Amino acid sequence: MELHKLTAHELIPKLETKEISAEDILQALYSRIKSIDSKVNAYVRRQNDSSFRDSPQETGTVPITIKDNICTQGLNTECCSKILGGFKPPYDATVIKKLKAAGLSIFNFKANMDEFAFGSSTENSFFGTTHNPWDLERVPGGSSGGSAACVAADEAIWALGSDTGGSIRQPASFCGVVGLKPTYGRVSRYGLIAFASSLDQIGPITKDVRDNAMLLNIISGYDALDSTSINTAVQDYTKSLTNDVKGLKIGVPKEYFVEGMDKEVEGALQEAINKLKSLGAEVKEVSLPHSKYAVPVYYIIATAEASSNLARFDGVQYGFRAQQTQNLIDMYKKTRGQGFGDEAKRRIILGTFVLSHGYYDAYYLRALKVRTLIKQDFDKVFKDFDCIIAPTAPTPAFKIGEKVSDPLKMYLSDIYTISVNLAGIPAISLPCGFTKAGLPIGMQIMSKPFAEEMIYRVAYTYEQNTDWHKSKPKI
Amino acid sequence: MAIDKKTVEYVAHLARIELQDKELEKLSSQLHDILGFIDKLSELDTKDVLPTSHILPINNVLRNDQPGQSLTPAKALENAPSSEGNFFTVPKVIE
Repeated sequence: MELHKLTAHELIPKLETKEISAEDILQALYSRIKSIDSKVNAYVRRQNDSSFRDSPQETGTVPITIKDNICTQGLNTECCSKILGGFKPPYDATVIKKLKAAGLSIFNFKANMDEFAFGSSTENSFFGTTHNPWDLERVPGGSSGGSAACVAADEAIWALGSDTGGSIRQPASFCGVVGLKPTYGRVSRYGLIAFASSLDQIGPITKDVRDNAMLLNIISGYDALDSTSINTAVQDYTKSLTNDVKGLKIGVPKEYFVEGMDKEVEGALQEAINKLKSLGAEVKEVSLPHSKYAVPVYYIIATAEASSNLARFDGVQYGFRAQQTQNLIDMYKKTRGQGFGDEAKRRIILGTFVLSHGYYDAYYLRALKVRTLIKQDFDKVFKDFDCIIAPTAPTPAFKIGEKVSDPLKMYLSDIYTISVNLAGIPAISLPCGFTKAGLPIGMQIMSKPFAEEMIYRVAYTYEQNTDWHKSKPKI
Repeated sequence: MAIDKKTVEYVAHLARIELQDKELEKLSSQLHDILGFIDKLSELDTKDVLPTSHILPINNVLRNDQPGQSLTPAKALENAPSSEGNFFTVPKVIE
């Protein structure tokens, strides 16, 4: 039996009846990784770690793969950056504590990502690009590209990613897996190395919707260590997997179906909408008039917050320090100049600029105001609709190197995912078709704050009535 | 809004990042393009709109003033590139 190909909900009953052991699952994963990860590069290979070895791992039940920006005690967590080289967190993130308490084993290799989650293609990793398992010449999306690729390629059972502007949903879409960005405040951010604190959320990346709901059950909930986590009751999300969308009102934003969208993506979305209609949902066009301002607002707010959050990387407390420096300021400047990659420098400098004296009102304050308008657009629609359906990304996975020299073009690949973070609402991406060339296409389902059960209900119903999630990449 | 090399150099200094000449050149032109794109926001009238800095209605989260667990000095220094005794060490600050 090829255990690495199974979902957690398929493995757990086998563990319970002792048909298999946790060690069997680990061995299946190690052997899969050894045979294909030299091509995919979904996992981080650190110095002195050129080949994957079966290093002893505490066995729990089902192993889970963690993105390299979530703190795991004693296990390297470097945000795929040179500047955090060698960092072994002295504590576990709250989500890791919760996973361990639920009996899961934390996989001892971390998932590749864009440095500090800055990117949409995983090309900005200090440890090299991750390749899309469906077409190795293409990107897996990003920034959680390693997490999505390892789940898609059966190098992991399930994984955690983080999503600041689409970093779970866009790679889930490019790799043909299921990824959820929970409502802001649903999951504790304690121990997630901060990028943009008003936007970041940790979320599950899985092979199907049931696993996704099971994983959200484990990681959700109030945490006194994250003062932005919200003290509301956590549902049992598996109860919303009901295969029924009769009478639900679904909105389709007209602003999302404009030029620039790939024809095959548009076609797949249209078919998915028809499928939901045939299952009894009521689908109508809606308007989110400020959608076109989401990308500029995001690149002000996210970079401003990043410039402040990344001030802590100064060569004093952890990671890399430049040698041969004149004095303290010179040490800071050389450490950060040599330790950060291009995209990190670009974002820190842009963020510092929009916050600097003379530009604050024109950029940062204005962006915060337009954020209000974007949120109000969603509030209006959700008065009359249960959820919104949209493409996850305007195109399927693009070629490695295609956008890396043009940051603006790269930023626009997040055009459909960014508004969700600005409004703080939850959204999922799940497979809804393939292009003629065999690349996965993702559909996004959004709903109001803390309505994850509505999202799972619609996603599960669609999944149960289609076969897209059963396809596997040939690698 | 145009951004020139001199401004980028100044902002990089504020951000404590040393840039090589080639980087400075490339960044200036890229930031110029990005800011041009961002300027799209100025077409909106935002005079009477309230800013959103946080998406959920929470404020002033307080906790009880009780001693809890914290890292030992040895644990806190474990990841430091340079330390001595119970201290982080840095290059000379005062000449």
